[in-house]
Amino acid sequence: MSVKSTAARSSRGGAKRRGGAGAQPPLVQLLTPEGERVEHREYSIDLTPEELRGLYRDMVLTRRFDAEAVTLQRQGELGLWASLLGQEAAQIGSGRATRADDYVFPTYREHGVAWTRGVDPLNLLGMFRGVNNGGWDPNENNFQLYTIVIGSQTLHAAGYAMGIAKDGADSAVIAYFGDGASSQGDVAEAFTFAAVYNAPVVFFCQNNQWAISEPTEKQSRVPIYQRAAGFGFPGVRVDGNDVLAVLAVTRAALERARTGGGPMLVEAFTYRMGAHTTSDDASRYRLDDERVAWEAKDPILRLKAYLTKQGVADEAYYAEVDAESDTMAKRVREGVRSMPDPDPMSIFENVYADGHSLVDEERAAFAEYQASFEDHQEGAAR
Amino acid sequence: MGTATAPAAPAKAARKPATMAQALNRALHDSLAADPTVHVLGEDVGTLGGVFRITDGLAAAFGPERVTDTPLAEAGILGTAVGMAMYGLRPVVEMQFDAFGYPALEQLISHVAKMRNRTRGTMPMPITVRIPYGGGIGGVEHHSDSSEAYYLHTPGLQVVTPATVADAYGLLRASIASDDPVIFLEPKRLYWGKADWSPDEPETVPPLGRAVVRRPGRSATLITYGPSVPVCLEAAEAATAEGWDLEVVDLRSLMPFDDETVCASVRRTGRAVVVHESSGFAGTGAEIAARVMERCFHHLEAPVLRVTGFDIPYPPPMLERYHLPGVDRVLDAVARLQWED
Ligand SMILES: Cc1ncc(C[n+]2csc(CCOP(=O)(O)OP(=O)(O)O)c2C)c(N)n1
Ligand SMILES: [Mg+2]
Repeated sequence: MSVKSTAARSSRGGAKRRGGAGAQPPLVQLLTPEGERVEHREYSIDLTPEELRGLYRDMVLTRRFDAEAVTLQRQGELGLWASLLGQEAAQIGSGRATRADDYVFPTYREHGVAWTRGVDPLNLLGMFRGVNNGGWDPNENNFQLYTIVIGSQTLHAAGYAMGIAKDGADSAVIAYFGDGASSQGDVAEAFTFAAVYNAPVVFFCQNNQWAISEPTEKQSRVPIYQRAAGFGFPGVRVDGNDVLAVLAVTRAALERARTGGGPMLVEAFTYRMGAHTTSDDASRYRLDDERVAWEAKDPILRLKAYLTKQGVADEAYYAEVDAESDTMAKRVREGVRSMPDPDPMSIFENVYADGHSLVDEERAAFAEYQASFEDHQEGAAR
Repeated sequence: MGTATAPAAPAKAARKPATMAQALNRALHDSLAADPTVHVLGEDVGTLGGVFRITDGLAAAFGPERVTDTPLAEAGILGTAVGMAMYGLRPVVEMQFDAFGYPALEQLISHVAKMRNRTRGTMPMPITVRIPYGGGIGGVEHHSDSSEAYYLHTPGLQVVTPATVADAYGLLRASIASDDPVIFLEPKRLYWGKADWSPDEPETVPPLGRAVVRRPGRSATLITYGPSVPVCLEAAEAATAEGWDLEVVDLRSLMPFDDETVCASVRRTGRAVVVHESSGFAGTGAEIAARVMERCFHHLEAPVLRVTGFDIPYPPPMLERYHLPGVDRVLDAVARLQWED
């Protein structure tokens, strides 16, 4: 059997320079990077001054919380953190588009969405501190636990939406996933099921340009939103750093789903400003000038420019939000440091409903074993 | 046949301190250099060199055609590796973490493992699937699984796991060279452990299917593998204080299984404890205990015991030390081997 020559070589792993040159398809934008309000033929939004200020506050608090978590990781209080820096508009805009009765299926980076759902930021840190595998009750805020296994939650979202449809309820579901996740079979299957059952689910892809070290071109040869067409539902690309556009597009998509229109794919075009996680070193695979170029499109600065120009907010308001974020950060910091260590016996809980013979036997043996150390100061097993 | 244009491997090196990660990297390098059909595939294995840096520098040395960043889809990675193997290539696939190999299970169980049999030997699957596995690194959910029992229960697969720097090199080279598929489980918490090592010594390439006695002893045998080998060696040292002289057998290859080395040891000592991180129920230890019982019954002074992870989902980082077999749990089991005093 003959084998193709493998002589082709390149000095680095083949990452090409990207961004800028290649013609990008149009995206929905309502606020330019300079903070100018523009109109779109299909999507519009009309917010009260209070709502506008609210979006600003959400984004600033979210960013501050995220920065605090990064610091806590550096200080050894967290084992890991996945920063959302740069994706505040994509998350706040879409999260604020949901209704209380809608259901949200996040990845591990949706700290801003969690905020809009009313999840206590402190609870997000349990998993990253290592005290639990997800520190909140999903049904309390209709916000599922973070899902680390890439793409798998999109199927759960489709199924949840199928449940809503069977029930005749008028709620909708939103499933978050990344550009990298768009390659997973699970995501393609979620699209298929949602389309076939006309399920009320919005697939919300945050294309932050990177999946750890792999740029989006390694996942797709077409813009991700265009994939929806092949499954038989609409797809749209929105400026993911424009909170107004994200809010408008996601609201419309959720409303469409609630009223029997079926699934829709929203691709929020944004950028992961930080490393993949605190364990990652982005300098190994991408140039900093790309990040610098995206700084000019910062979601918070652009909304702030707009608010100031419109006279909707002033320095006093910004100072107030800053003070509030200081207070929140302090609460988070102190909260993490005083988080109780989990009880070793808890590892045997909720494996099954109560009364499982094997787990009960192991629990009893472990308790006896732990008790045998009580004479020793250390107490714990080596 | 393609031309072997790979850069020559560095000249013979003397023994010097090296990590398991370096040995694995060198094994991949040498396999790529030796055989132009070898291709490395996986998420982030190219420019980044893998999240554990096991493929560091390989894309630069051999080019993106042979060391390839794939789309983020494990079923796709392994399924296309099957096709590449059919074409005549020798794919070495990386699954980024243990639990992320599960999306590829259908390809693995129904195709990789069975293809030789289905094609009556005309289409072997010389695929190596490298998987960092096991706990002890404080990983968040899904980053600490020990999945060996799933693979072991699949006829057609070989399952290999090194515990030392030298074995990491030798076993990986042997796995890639094997014409049958190998699940190559890399104990991720041993990645950065150092030992004096030279890749050019022939004894560093043991054949697959051979266990090794890591520490000779007379009182009882600890049968173990991968991340639990250092734990057992430490337990054996600690046991001397109690007057026990423990033998430690490192299996290295779980399938094929080296009954000969294991049974020779147990017949000598008359007592055995199997130690592994993965859950006990229907786990690797169950198979080992059964084999020992069947073959060495008349030499046994006590039932074969197991020290394993509990039958629970892998706990969060702050609790993993209770779940993982540690020195004290191993000694506790040894103490229950029916000694008459
Ligand atoms: C099934 C699976 N494979 C691999 C991984 C390891 N992994 C974690 S995050 C990630 C990249 C995800 O990229 P993307 O979907 O774009 O999301 P982002 O991290 O950019 O938000 C990978 C490969 C995983 N968590 N799950
Ligand atoms: Mg991404």
